[in-house]
Amino acid sequence: MTESILVNIDDKEVAVPKGTLVVDAAKRVDNDIPVFCYHPKLDPVGMCRMCLVEVGTPLRDKETGEMMFEENGQPTINWMPNLQTACTMVVSDGMCIRTTTSQVTRARKDVVEFLLTSHPLDCPVCDKGGECPLQNLTMSHGSSESRFLLEEKMNIEKHVPLGDLIFLDRERCIQCARCTRFQDELVGDSVIGFDERGRSLQIITHSDPGFDSYFSGNTTDICPVGALTTTDFRFGARPWELAHTPSVCPHCPVGCNLHINTRRSGQDGNWSIKRVMPRQNEQVNEIWICDKGRFGHHFVNNSDRLTAPMVRRHGELVETSWDVALGLVSEKLQSSNGSIAGIAGERLSNEDLFAFRNLIQVNEGSVSQWPGLLGGGDLVQKVGVGVDTDLAKLGSDTAILVIASDLSEEAPLWWFKVRQAATKLGASLDKSRAALIVANARETKLDKIAKYCVRYNYGDEVRTILALSHAVSDGNTGIMGSIAANDNDDVIAAAKAISAAKNLIIIYGGEGQSYAASNALAQACSNLLIAKGNVGKKDNGLIPVWTHCNTQGAWDMGVKPAGVSATEFVADADVILLAGADPVGDGEPLPENSFVVVSELFKTKTAISADVVLPAQAFVEREGSYTTGDRRVQRFYPALPCSENVLPDWEIFQRIANEMGVGDVSAGPAAVMRQISLQVPQYRDISYENLAAVEEQWPDIGGEDSYYGGTGFQNTGGLGVQTLSLIESGFSVSPGDVDPIGLATGELLGVPVTVLYDRGSTFVKSEIMNSRISDPYIEINVGDALTHNVTDGDMVSLILNGKERELIARVSNDVPQGAVLIPRSMDGPMLRGVVPVNINTIDHGSKE
Amino acid sequence: MTEYLLLRHRNRGEENIADLDTYLSLGGFEAYERVVTTMTPQEVIDIVKASGLRGRGGAGFPTGVKWSFLSDRFPRYVVANSDESEPGTFKDREIMEQNPFQFLEGLMICAYAAQAEVAYNYCRGEFWELTQVLESKVRQLNDRGLLGRRIFDTDYSLQINHHLGAGAYICGEESALLESIEGKLGQPRLKPPFPADRGLYQLPTVVNNTETLTNVPLIISRGPEWYKSIGTEKSCGPKIMCLSGHAKHPGNYETPLGITFRELIFDLAGGIRDDKALKAIMPSGASAPFLPASDEVLDTPLTYEDIPKIGSQLGSASIILLDETVDISWAALKTMKFFEHESCGKCTPCREGTYWMYHLLGRINSDKAEQADVDLLGEVAQQVVGKCLCPLGDFATSAVFSGIELFQQDFNLHIATAVNGKDDSNTK
Repeated sequence: MTESILVNIDDKEVAVPKGTLVVDAAKRVDNDIPVFCYHPKLDPVGMCRMCLVEVGTPLRDKETGEMMFEENGQPTINWMPNLQTACTMVVSDGMCIRTTTSQVTRARKDVVEFLLTSHPLDCPVCDKGGECPLQNLTMSHGSSESRFLLEEKMNIEKHVPLGDLIFLDRERCIQCARCTRFQDELVGDSVIGFDERGRSLQIITHSDPGFDSYFSGNTTDICPVGALTTTDFRFGARPWELAHTPSVCPHCPVGCNLHINTRRSGQDGNWSIKRVMPRQNEQVNEIWICDKGRFGHHFVNNSDRLTAPMVRRHGELVETSWDVALGLVSEKLQSSNGSIAGIAGERLSNEDLFAFRNLIQVNEGSVSQWPGLLGGGDLVQKVGVGVDTDLAKLGSDTAILVIASDLSEEAPLWWFKVRQAATKLGASLDKSRAALIVANARETKLDKIAKYCVRYNYGDEVRTILALSHAVSDGNTGIMGSIAANDNDDVIAAAKAISAAKNLIIIYGGEGQSYAASNALAQACSNLLIAKGNVGKKDNGLIPVWTHCNTQGAWDMGVKPAGVSATEFVADADVILLAGADPVGDGEPLPENSFVVVSELFKTKTAISADVVLPAQAFVEREGSYTTGDRRVQRFYPALPCSENVLPDWEIFQRIANEMGVGDVSAGPAAVMRQISLQVPQYRDISYENLAAVEEQWPDIGGEDSYYGGTGFQNTGGLGVQTLSLIESGFSVSPGDVDPIGLATGELLGVPVTVLYDRGSTFVKSEIMNSRISDPYIEINVGDALTHNVTDGDMVSLILNGKERELIARVSNDVPQGAVLIPRSMDGPMLRGVVPVNINTIDHGSKE
Repeated sequence: MTEYLLLRHRNRGEENIADLDTYLSLGGFEAYERVVTTMTPQEVIDIVKASGLRGRGGAGFPTGVKWSFLSDRFPRYVVANSDESEPGTFKDREIMEQNPFQFLEGLMICAYAAQAEVAYNYCRGEFWELTQVLESKVRQLNDRGLLGRRIFDTDYSLQINHHLGAGAYICGEESALLESIEGKLGQPRLKPPFPADRGLYQLPTVVNNTETLTNVPLIISRGPEWYKSIGTEKSCGPKIMCLSGHAKHPGNYETPLGITFRELIFDLAGGIRDDKALKAIMPSGASAPFLPASDEVLDTPLTYEDIPKIGSQLGSASIILLDETVDISWAALKTMKFFEHESCGKCTPCREGTYWMYHLLGRINSDKAEQADVDLLGEVAQQVVGKCLCPLGDFATSAVFSGIELFQQDFNLHIATAVNGKDDSNTK
């Protein structure tokens, strides 16, 4: 812990860590020094001059260095002649600060007056009105009369699209640079900046498309005025009309804490989501979310949603009652003699998955996780990252190894936090950087900030870890590595960094991975962690970059990947039960003679061909919990009312069980969690009560002082609870065998990769994002493109899973030779690993 | 003065000093060679400290002391500030055009003292032609082995790069200048940290004005004691006074520091154009308060220590003379137009305050203001001063404060016209 020093703020003694800024020191004793440009997550710049205070330091004798005292025994204070910015002044021992003198009060009034000379008085139509720092600080510090002539005001553009997602009102902008600094310091996408100077100083974007960043929405939160607004919320509602519900993002394994704002329409009386905001959870997403999480919620009220149970009669799906539908399902299950296959999606909640597995298991059927692309969930339960690890806070005693993951696409907030650890840009007292090692077959965005980059060929992921382990053990086979690094300098350098680091975190992803391959990769990574002793404690262990939000929960609830396609898994089953899974849509057909029951949000291809379709509630319509990739169980709450004809998945399965006489319907999801805590050892301490528990977080976001952290939301819904890894629970874990993987061979290999803006059914329905979502495409190396007569933008065909597909070809230097990158969830058949492909051009230059 | 020390091209026989061979034949680069081959960086710093040389860019900070503040990190940089953007300043241009090698030699000695192997000369954008000439001079120095690797067969290497600004006044402020070299928007940085600790690319950096550096070869070759003998005790050495405005003979005057305004204006520059009466002096371009043309002012020596005593600054000695025909409220308006145009916009009081004050002065000058507007002008200036991120904001208030205080009658005239005008319209 950093050394603590004493400062005096308005005659109140405060102990704060060395290096603290005056503004933060004051905040800790509830002395709110007003700020506009300062943000506790960003490096201070002292631009807005709102935080001016009087600062003095104890006078010391020039000769002896001894403190000098007044007659009354108080230290003599040397007051600085000018006011100082509290946001840039670092506290020093014995420093005195005055924040209530007439000089300070006057300065605040002066600065607010200056800001208002150029700011429009359009609060009545401004999205920020009601939660606006400038509005609030004007009320508390501003003058009620204007001395500035309206006709002398500069009138400038008010509706400037910085991109598809963010609008800028140049009149409202107060040039605080929070947005540009957020992009520069914390994100590293320097796509917006200032142009011109003086009163004409204004924000512009220099990317094409405009404001091209996955994190752009956050700038609207930290904007202290209504200058930056989202296309989604712009002129959509007034903040005080909104209802608030804590939630959790369903789009990736990070589990960002959300805040859902809903409003009931005065016209039709329907509730709808007006906006999604980050909810502070410093360990998870701090006060940020990516644009997918912010804007990707429109699937919820999409017209394709299922609204009533349906059964197939005379070849057609017709609406029916729950009693009829569930009666039919239970009848089929009872008569199936255990020939039941259950497939549950990784986006279901823990409660759903638990109820689903119970239903299938009491009927002696088998369950599998869907899509279940990646392995290693059992290893994460054993040696997953230690409780309380905060990726952003990792320092120079820690090495972070990321392998087979384009983290910025797969888990944006983890990328964001790893970037913080590796760069320590922004406001960070501790500037010691973690050593970031990035191993991948191609260059990804992480490479820019990595200390070491290790390249391998697709398929060599496990061998790379083994070679690293071998080098870490310095050739001793004490560590599992059996493959010498030979002359690979990058591997040796990375191994040195791992050896030198006290802590080690390994993040493994699914790029180019099959289930079996990622199982082996997870095992190899675990072995290195175990052998080096980097398990069972904070800042150490394994993190999986799952493809879905609750993959870890599925593993924990006993719903594991089958390791084969859905087609193979259900081959002999008479009854197939699917929940939140669309294998047919992903090119894995189901047998025609089986009885297929689907619980879903939408009319998916699987649902359309099913015998019974059961409408399920979306995450915002119900309660539940997800478990993140770093094993944090987090609770979400109902934000929207839902038709009584649509049920949460857990209830559907419990009702079926009840119908069959093999179980009861719980009183609610909390009761399901109680059952989980009794049956799943890692969850023994988890209850809805402790998932809802919150504690004070720093910086202090939300509440009255929105000027300090921006329009953000205090966490009132719970910080979640991380489950202990087995090793943290006192079990011993030893390294396991790494199963060798057969490599695919071929001139061109199709490599499945994850992209953030995919065409998944829960994302593509957010129309606001459609211009950022690509048509289905592949990426191919320049040389290979030449060989195969493919030019950038060509329409090409390739056979995937036995089906011909037509896609756009992008030619890129970043793709390794021989590899064809095939993004997942792009309307096409799902690849379960690397496969040989052939490419044929069908239309040159069809895409401009 | 019998001998020009900075504007040496004005000396008989030294007219071609911008030619490298001529400069070398006149003893050029001997100081540099002596420094690089026989002296330690610390010895150079000590000599410059002992000479009492103060920065000629405006602040008058002791140059040797500045060099000694460098943090113990490498690489380091030195930067010549040839932005010369203060209105009424035109000395660095003459030095670089006519006596470029003495300046470059000074920059090179400074680089050696700072143990920097890369030096920049930052020129204002309007100097693009001059910069091309200077770049060719640097190439000549490279060809002669005075720049480049292992200079004079020592371990010392040095290269000089030129960087052109894009026309912003603020880039004359050293931290904004560094931002500009880095390719960023020209806005000043927070201080501390100072450039000596975190300067160009966050590395220890010395930034010195062109004229300051031009003094350095003299100090090395003739010694600090000789240098100290010129000027006053606290303001040593020669200084180029840029005289403009209503002078009979405007131009650059190289004099020892410590001559009086009267000596400069009347003895050297022939007095006031058309023999009109002198009304006011702007001693440091747009950025320092007006001075009234009183005897007390005229007899004040031009030194860093004496001009503050009468309420203004020597600055870069860009002295603008205003004769009796000048309306000071108009001069204040022009000054404010400059600051309103040049404010970088980074901090609120300067960005908004200069805009506001410019409009107030505009209304006053077009006879549309009331006394309350003049009072408001003073209050706005008060709201700006002492609250800005860099000194430019304070500079912007100088003309307002001193104008209203010293030449109130000029403002009153406009107010009276406005009031009478109103009365007229009321009666018609």
